[in-house]
Amino acid sequence: MIAYVVRRLLWGAVLLLLVSFLTFAIFYLFPTADPAALRAGRSATPQLIAQIRHQLGLDQPFYDQYWIYLKGIVLHFDLGYSYQNDAPVRAQIMSRLPATISLALGAFVVWIAVGIPVGIVSAIKRRSLLDRLTMGGALVAISAPVYWLGLVALFLFGKGTGRLQLFGGAGSYVPLGENPGQWLSSLVLPWFVLAAAFAAFYARMGRGNLIETMSEDYIRTARAKGLSEARVIGRHGLRAALTPLVTMAGLDIGLLLGGAVLTETVFNIPGVGRFAYDAIINSDLPAIQGTVLFGAFFIVIANLVVDVLYAYLDPRVRYG
Amino acid sequence: MALLEVRDLSVSFATLDGVVRAVDGVSYELERGRTLGLVGESGSGKSVSALTIIGLTRSPNATIGGQIVLDGRDLVSRSDAELRRIRGKRIAMIFQDPLSSLHPYFRIGVQIVEAIRTHEDVSKRAARLRAIEALEAVGIPRPGRRIDSYPHELSGGMRQRAMLAMALALRPDVLIADEPTTALDVTVQAQVLELIRSLRDEHGIAVLLITHDLGVIAQAADEVAVMYAGRIVEHAPRDTIFESPEHPYTWGLLDSIPHLDAPRGERLRAIQGQPPSLIRASEGCKFFPRCPYQPAPADEIEPELAETTPGHRVRCHLPVEERRRIWRERHGSTLLER
Repeated sequence: MIAYVVRRLLWGAVLLLLVSFLTFAIFYLFPTADPAALRAGRSATPQLIAQIRHQLGLDQPFYDQYWIYLKGIVLHFDLGYSYQNDAPVRAQIMSRLPATISLALGAFVVWIAVGIPVGIVSAIKRRSLLDRLTMGGALVAISAPVYWLGLVALFLFGKGTGRLQLFGGAGSYVPLGENPGQWLSSLVLPWFVLAAAFAAFYARMGRGNLIETMSEDYIRTARAKGLSEARVIGRHGLRAALTPLVTMAGLDIGLLLGGAVLTETVFNIPGVGRFAYDAIINSDLPAIQGTVLFGAFFIVIANLVVDVLYAYLDPRVRYG
Repeated sequence: MALLEVRDLSVSFATLDGVVRAVDGVSYELERGRTLGLVGESGSGKSVSALTIIGLTRSPNATIGGQIVLDGRDLVSRSDAELRRIRGKRIAMIFQDPLSSLHPYFRIGVQIVEAIRTHEDVSKRAARLRAIEALEAVGIPRPGRRIDSYPHELSGGMRQRAMLAMALALRPDVLIADEPTTALDVTVQAQVLELIRSLRDEHGIAVLLITHDLGVIAQAADEVAVMYAGRIVEHAPRDTIFESPEHPYTWGLLDSIPHLDAPRGERLRAIQGQPPSLIRASEGCKFFPRCPYQPAPADEIEPELAETTPGHRVRCHLPVEERRRIWRERHGSTLLER
């Protein structure tokens, strides 16, 4: 098991290297704007732009730039300086991390806490009105884009913009330590908006898995033993039906982080996603690099955790 | 008096295509220390009739008629909760494929302990000790270690033994074995059948053995009921079924057994045609469309399951003498002598 984890970590490092190279190459080869010109401001002289370009090292060859960047990451965990904000990327990401963690963790809880029970109830009450309503609603939630759903949520429930001004609106986020009440109020809508599609998808998956599981032979055995139906479903059914969802959830955390970029933008939450969005708008290569690597790192770790967890959940899976 | 008596049992399911009459007026009795073999092809209603005994066919779209009497009390009319207390405790069941019938995520011991603790108020420790005893009783070596194995870590035969241990840990009176050896190798099959027999004798259990394999019947059953299209068409002691069967369907089943001593190149004689639809069942004899001996429908009435000799009942329009003559002509020697 330890050998497996070490091997996976090494592969993860290789993957991150590849990701960093790809983002670097993409933005070097297909620049959206000249960072030096952006930084020099309006009506800058060509000399000034050239000087800035030299300062930033942008006049060096591609491989030299990449090499310098890579050395910084590996030796000092240094993600470079943001062109736009003139501040270290790492510090900027770290300072925005609590907001993103608040958003992603909360959305994950909503995702699982809503999706799984809805799926279970739908499977048990199959073909009932409740089943049809929730599954129909799930289809809508899966189909609705995050930014549209976010705007609708703000329009309906957001303070300042909504018909029913129940929760904090756009830009109302404050750190948890500052004002827990407002923190919560500002995050309720983003949590549900970000979680909606995931919860809906997992409700449908959970329903399908449970229905399939309930026709398995070992469920018949459980019934033949004289177990109550609650125990047959709750223990024998769910154990088999939900285990595959654990793996899926690990993979989908990457998608959740992608959704967080849009959610933070719509709700104006000062998190890593918003930072990434701004970085892209401003062609801020080090900031883009930093956020992409950061996201990739989390996905690699989440996948590893899930794979290891799966070996514990499903005794038939063993890693060598 | 019989331990368990199935009287005129009928089970039908409402489906989108119509009402499926899976079991139609079936009666049989199970007695302590004896094995009744229920034979028939897929869809003949043998498994449905057995599952109905422990109430596992109950569902909103199922209609169950007739009686299933255990200790003088009818099971069909009991509530789900009452039946659940009997299921597993008084009547245990094992299934065809022990790999898919055991939960893949739980250790063998956990599954056996769960069965024990569902019906008896004992501590986990005590239940575990009993589970180990049960595993030992079914001949699993080193039961104290095997109890912590997962199903996929055992061989097919060991898995079926574990299923048996789980079924018998609560000392049931009736064991229903639904194709218990179909998924096993022939040698393992013989061991499992022998094990069922010895456990039956030891504890005085009544066994209902469901199979499509007459070889299994020959090895393990005392009495045989042959089912066709939801009905029993012939019911007799085992030797009678092999030596002097009277129903054309039973003849067909016996013909379709391969024999090592048959002349080389001889083809197996399959029963022509398909089993009838259980939705739009014809009037009259259900086997008539496939029967090579009945020239025309004798009438539109289905034959009764009538006794020809004591203990031998046959559902056929052919006159008894005619049936016996046909059998003698087809088989100069009996199958058991072969």
